[in-house]
Order: sequence, then structure tokens, then C-alpha cells
Amino acid sequence: MKVIKIDKSQWSQGLEKLRNSFRLFGPVKEKAFHNFQELAAGQAPELDYQNTRLSPKSLVFPQSELMFNYSLDKEDPECNILKEAEKDYGDRAIIGIRPCDAKALSLVKMNFNNDQYEDPYWLNLYNATTFVGLACDAPCSTCFCTTAGCGPYHEEGLDVLLAEREDHFIAKVLTDKGVRLLESAGWPQASDDEAALEKAKAVAEEKIVAKIETDSLAAADTMALHSADFWEDISFACINCGTCTFSCPTCWCFDIQDEVYRKKGVRMRNWDSCMFPIFTVHTTGHNPRDTKLARVRQRFMHKLKYFVDKYEKGIMCVGCGRCVRQCPVNIDIRKVSALMNSLGSEAKCAVQGS
Amino acid sequence: MSTYTEKIREIARRLLKECQVEMVIGFRKGSMPLMNEPCIVRKAEDVDNLVWDSNCGINLANYLSNRKEKIGIVAKGCDSRNIVTHIMENKIQREQVVVIGVPCQGMIDKRKVAALTDGDILEVSEADDTVTVTTANGKQTFDKKDLLQQNCSLCTHRNPVIHDEMVADEVVEQTGIDPYADVAEIEAMSSEERWNFFDELLSPCIRCYACRNACPLCYCPTCFVDESKPQWVGKSQDPLDVRTFHFLRAYHCAGRCTDCGACERACPVGINMRLLTKKLNKDCLDLYGWEAGLSLDSRPALDVYKPNDPENFIK
Repeated sequence: MKVIKIDKSQWSQGLEKLRNSFRLFGPVKEKAFHNFQELAAGQAPELDYQNTRLSPKSLVFPQSELMFNYSLDKEDPECNILKEAEKDYGDRAIIGIRPCDAKALSLVKMNFNNDQYEDPYWLNLYNATTFVGLACDAPCSTCFCTTAGCGPYHEEGLDVLLAEREDHFIAKVLTDKGVRLLESAGWPQASDDEAALEKAKAVAEEKIVAKIETDSLAAADTMALHSADFWEDISFACINCGTCTFSCPTCWCFDIQDEVYRKKGVRMRNWDSCMFPIFTVHTTGHNPRDTKLARVRQRFMHKLKYFVDKYEKGIMCVGCGRCVRQCPVNIDIRKVSALMNSLGSEAKCAVQGS
Repeated sequence: MSTYTEKIREIARRLLKECQVEMVIGFRKGSMPLMNEPCIVRKAEDVDNLVWDSNCGINLANYLSNRKEKIGIVAKGCDSRNIVTHIMENKIQREQVVVIGVPCQGMIDKRKVAALTDGDILEVSEADDTVTVTTANGKQTFDKKDLLQQNCSLCTHRNPVIHDEMVADEVVEQTGIDPYADVAEIEAMSSEERWNFFDELLSPCIRCYACRNACPLCYCPTCFVDESKPQWVGKSQDPLDVRTFHFLRAYHCAGRCTDCGACERACPVGINMRLLTKKLNKDCLDLYGWEAGLSLDSRPALDVYKPNDPENFIK
């Protein structure tokens, strides 16, 4: 794959050209935090951020997404017929997504695009999007991507990887979608900076000091983990809010709701959270996880065990650290993973000993 | 502050050893700067996990609801007022709790620290009235009073209102404070300005319900926003539903809120929803001379009738 150089003097001009073919999205500072949003004409992405408050998952998986409209008016010949909501699946590009957030979407894709299930809403938006990544040269103290199967220059899920330098960007083109985007922007200048990029990657990886222990999770016995005695201690502080799941780039649960006003109705899906006490309550009234402990255990077992076993692609976490930073009561996935992992390493030792 | 920690451990050890309680609810050191984690200690040998510093802003009364055990609980002024409220509302029995009172000197607002410093916060240490913050770009020392949560800098009930043990002598209460200046500003707005102000205030809300769940008052078995038969409130990001949640929740807290600040502290997107509950606190004070949770001997303003209750707001 080729590497090109984009002078900053040509940056905004190129972005404006891109608008002929793409709707553009990027990080923008809102009040105290950066978040991803659509960029208005002339608005550039604000790339001087470490990590956005919320992940950009909402760009392919909106917090509230309209699915159908319907009429309940008996006079209406189309009464009671669900009609597909209109969508814009035209080409779009996210400029400045962090490698961890892009990798997160490729993990989510395993759930939304597999043999048993294809999610049209998620896939249509995902496929319409070109992902232009921004390498991390100054990671946060809570970033643990390098031990979560990711990294500050990780390329998975990206079409282009940008590294920002004083007066230019180095852009590594990773896919055909990426080639098309760079051509549309008219940034043609070839560069031989690939070696520099590799060097910068190594320097950036060195800066990631936080770690998550996961090497023995696959070996751990699921039922032993499920009945482990540490869950009460881990879950005690939890207030069952949705901060961790809503800020997480890999959490994908949703809840389908109908809302009716007079004779018109909509069916939509909204983000759901396994932390909420009413999550997956059955129509019989049965609640499969009716205690805080069961809910907290579910969140960590899903990310660190069920997903690991089901897909054999590592944990369902990319190490962005948002849940660690934002949890109001300081529940730390690294600590939980270490406890779960230690059960796995005990199991491994037992196997070797037998 | 570290003397508080020693004393809390000493009391907890004694309570557990003497079987006066089955467990002690307190804080253990967090994995992040400016954060501690609520925890339970059940064995005397584990009391050294307990800590106290200016990062214990979560209201521990929230962890008492409906518990059956005999519990020792570390409580600063506002926590103790919520324990009183819990007892009044039958969420816990007085005999069940041994209140380990902490005369509070205010809690640090981590967002204020982030706003005043440059770069990722790596380490924070406290000494007397100063706080030293080490970031990726250097070290800065602040007066602690400049970093306090707003509710703490306006607090006039720093000492626990009930306690069975005390970790130190009472602190001097702040005086000459107008806690409701921000509410008065909103009251002075025209209704259109106020509407826009609330719109703006609540626009970042993601409905994670951290504010509700961090609140010791919000213990309903099913919150009205979660109710589905009938469904009172929509679940999308429709601003009308977001507003309904915040306004109604505030009204449910009328005459009960102690302005402990747990809601604002817990919010991941920095919304000051305390402005809503504070307005109702102010009304309760102005109309009924009532402040929540100060004593076990008087019933809350909104659950008693007095012949001289003002009624000129009924139109």
C-alpha cells in the first residue's frame, strides 16, 4: 500500500473537494469535550484531541434510529402497514477516527454481519462510510490498546491512516475506498515516508503503559468464572447506569420500541444497556438478570469470555479506556480482567499438572 | 485527611471485631487519580482497604436501600442527611446502621481540575489545604477551595447530622453563603430565555441515568422512565422525552434532596442537573423553612399539612 504526504496548506482545500462526493464527519469540540458530528461546509475536523467523550459508534449505530413509519388511521388505505423509513446511505467519510474506534467497529461487524444475521441498518451505514484514521502519538494514561489487540497505529477497520506532523500529514492508503477518497480530495503527492511511519508507530506503542491481562481468559472454565466469588466485590459499587456501555465503542445492544402519537406511529431502535435493571426482561415478567451482580457479571463475561470463545478473535474491547475514565464509581475493566484471567491461569496450570 | 483514614480503619476494625456490624460501607482507593470506589468490608483484617480523601464524593447512603444487614457506614455531612431521609422513608432502620461520621472539608471536582490543568492527569496529592496535580505536561499546586465541587463550596452542613462514631472533631460550618445565586439567575430569566437555557443545559444528555442511579433518593423499584405499562415517557433521544425525564425526576426529589452533588458528579457529559433540584430545595426553604434530612424528629415538608402552610401559589 502506498504512502502519500499531504501538506497542511492543502488540507482544507482537499476536504472541501471531498464534499462533492462525501458527507463528512469528524471530531469537534462541544463545550468541554470532543465528540463526533457531521461537519458543516467549511468546518474542519478538530484533530487536537486525545479521545472523544463518546465513541463514534453512533455514526453507524445511532442512539435512536428510525426503522418504520405507520398509520393507525382506519381511513388511510395504508393503515397498519409498516413502511421503511427513508435513509441516506450516500457516501460518507469519517475524518480523524482513532484506530481503536475503527477496530471496535470491525469487532461489532462480527455481530451484525454473520451467517445467522445481517443487520441492514448497521451494514448499510458501515458500508457507505470511508474511515480515515488518525494515529495516536500522545495516548492517554488510561489507554491499554496494545494489550487489547489494537494499537495507536493499528490499521484494522481503516481505509486510510493519517499521522499528523507539524506541517503535513503522512497518509497510508489501506483499501480501494481509501484510494478513492484521496483521489477525490486531490492529494496526490507521493512520499517515501513509510519507514518514518513504522518508526513513529514503535515510539507511540512504547507510550502505552496501561495494560489488560487476557492471555488465560480462553482457558478459563466458563462456569467457574460465572460462579467466581469476586463478583460481589466487583459489582458492589456499580450504580447500574449506562455510562460504560454507552461510551463503549464495542457495545451494540439495542431495544426496539414503538411510539404512537394520535394516529401515527414509528418503530425505532434505541441503544440498550445490560446495566439497566429492565434489560431483556421477558414479557412474562421474568428477568433473566435481576440482580446488580448478575448484570455486572454479564457485561464483563460478554466482553472477556463469551465473545472470546465465540469468535476466537480476542476480547470485545479495544482498550480505549472510556469506561475506566468515565465510570462514576471507578469500576475498572483492567482490574476485572486480571481477576478473571487469574482463574484461567490456575486452570492452565492444572491441565499441565495432570 | 490521612488521620481520617486511620481513624475510619480503627473504628471499622473495632465494629467488625466486636460484631456490632456485619459490614462496613466506605471507600477504597481508586485506580484513577481523583477517584475512589465505594466498597464493603466484611472482615476486620480487610479494613486497611478503607481510605478517606477529597475524592469520596459519591453518596454512600445510596448503598443502604433495602439492605437487611447491620451496617457500619462512613458518612460525611450530606451522606448523613440522606441516611436520615432513608430512615424517614423506611429504606433502612435506625438500629441497623452505625454511622461513622466524617466532618467533611469538601470534595474535589475532577472536571474543574481538568479544566485548570493542561494534559492528562497522572497523579493528584493533597496536603492540608493544597492539592498538587501532576499532568503529562508538568506539576501545578492549587488551593483546595478553588477545586471544590460547587455544592461543597456552598455547603452549610459539613458535619454529620447523626452519628454513632466520629472520626474527628467537628469542622467549622461555612457562613454568609448564598447557595441559591445560580437559581435566582434562572428565576430572573424570561420564560423564553429559560426554555432555551434548559434546552442547552440538557442537550448533551445521553440518558445513561447515571444522575438518577447515583442519587440515594432514586430507589423506586421501577422508575417512571422504565415503566412500560403504561409507558409514560419515550425512550429515544427526543428532547421532549429527555426534558421530561430530568424535570420529573427533580420533582420526585422535592423536599428530599440534600444537594450532595452525586448526580452532577456521576454525569459522564457534565450536565449540572442540580440546578433543577436546587430550585425545589430553595422553594422548600422559602415556603416551609425546610431543609431535607437535618433531623429524625420532624416530618418532611411535603408529607405533612400545617394550617399555616402558604397556599398562594395554588392558582
